[in-house]
Amino acid sequence: MNLLLSYLIFPGFLFSAVAGLLSCWVDRKVSARVQWRKGPPWHQNFTDIIKLLGKETIVPEGAKATFLLAPCLGLLSLVLVATILGRSIILPAGGFSGDLIVVLYLLIIPAISLIIGASASRNPLASVGASREMKLVLAYELPFILAVIAVIIKSGGVIQLGQILNHQSNFGSNIASWSGALAFIIAILCMQAKLGFVPFDAAEADQEIMGGVLIEYSGLPLAIFKLTKAILLYTMPLLLIILFMGRDLSAQLIIPKFIGLLVIVILIKNTNPRLRIDQSVRFFWRIPTLLGIIAIGLAISGL
Amino acid sequence: MDLRLKALTKSIWVFHLSAAACNNCDIEILDLLTPRFDVERFGIQLIGSVRHADALLVTGVINRKTIPLVKKIYAQAPKPCVVIAVGQCALSQHMFKHSYNVSEPLDKILPVDLYIPGCPPKPEAMIAGIVKLVTKIRKGK
Repeated sequence: MNLLLSYLIFPGFLFSAVAGLLSCWVDRKVSARVQWRKGPPWHQNFTDIIKLLGKETIVPEGAKATFLLAPCLGLLSLVLVATILGRSIILPAGGFSGDLIVVLYLLIIPAISLIIGASASRNPLASVGASREMKLVLAYELPFILAVIAVIIKSGGVIQLGQILNHQSNFGSNIASWSGALAFIIAILCMQAKLGFVPFDAAEADQEIMGGVLIEYSGLPLAIFKLTKAILLYTMPLLLIILFMGRDLSAQLIIPKFIGLLVIVILIKNTNPRLRIDQSVRFFWRIPTLLGIIAIGLAISGL
Repeated sequence: MDLRLKALTKSIWVFHLSAAACNNCDIEILDLLTPRFDVERFGIQLIGSVRHADALLVTGVINRKTIPLVKKIYAQAPKPCVVIAVGQCALSQHMFKHSYNVSEPLDKILPVDLYIPGCPPKPEAMIAGIVKLVTKIRKGK
């Protein structure tokens, strides 16, 4: 009962949806200020979701059942990630062994659900988007996992979020060391790609493939996808805070850290042009992977 | 007031359907998104796919080649969806009225909810038109 409650309400669905939609508003507002505009009011993303719930849902002719199941799959797994992360912040000792690995697995599922949904929608532009999303997943997962491995080695080989937090509260944040700082930079770049933000948003490029993977979605499934994106925008910075800046996670410190990470991501988004998909793959497999290997080497030698 | 209706009028996603326009109206429409007018304040966004659209913004003379395409795109939009005719060409075919490839104005093809005249209409005129449409939707329907 307690577990169900925490999945549905507090660190889980309701809380992460509200926090995610608010961080989406921060994204839109900061983007607007960068472009010298005023930007939307704080409740704009809530309004968007409510509006999408009231719209007609169109299923393209010949689409499979996965067209409607894929968005739910992504949302459910992502809410599970948000629950695990939230609970490990509240109760560092309450986690189970290996929950970091579970989180890493579950974080790929939203991207997979996008690929499945786009392939089920029978639209040529959607399949272009799906293939780009697939390549992007292949590109960023390698350096991201290298960065996480650097953190694991740094925290003495533990694969439990609570123990990583404990280690950091005893020996200082991971970001304060050379290997941790290097891994943090890599993780920010990978977070950018995971969120589908601008240098790496070839999968849903609005101007060239018209929304790409989301092109055939309307109404409720589109709302679920938008909500998934929003929760991802809350979950990824939270994971980075746990992995790299976990020395003191009281409420008055975690909120500035969260907003700082968010603003870094948004500023990268607003000051860069879109990369072609081959450029992103080449970028991720060269520089961040190399940096990741260096970070692991530094972590092994104790720096 | 109905929550659904309120959300609909507070977050209008616009699909820009340029049906053989001369590009002048299109430039004025893009002006709405620039810092001077910034309609994102009211939740109005341009979107790429017609499946996400709440409003169809039609510019240009509808000629014999584009009539089936315009009908198809309107059929693809999820309802409720309003149609806005922007510019003299979409309203009344303007100076192309007696041209050989033009048959009928937009409101004979689609149910048009809002007419914005001008060649091209100013961004202020478009904002005034959207305000009128939103008050009409909130009162009626």
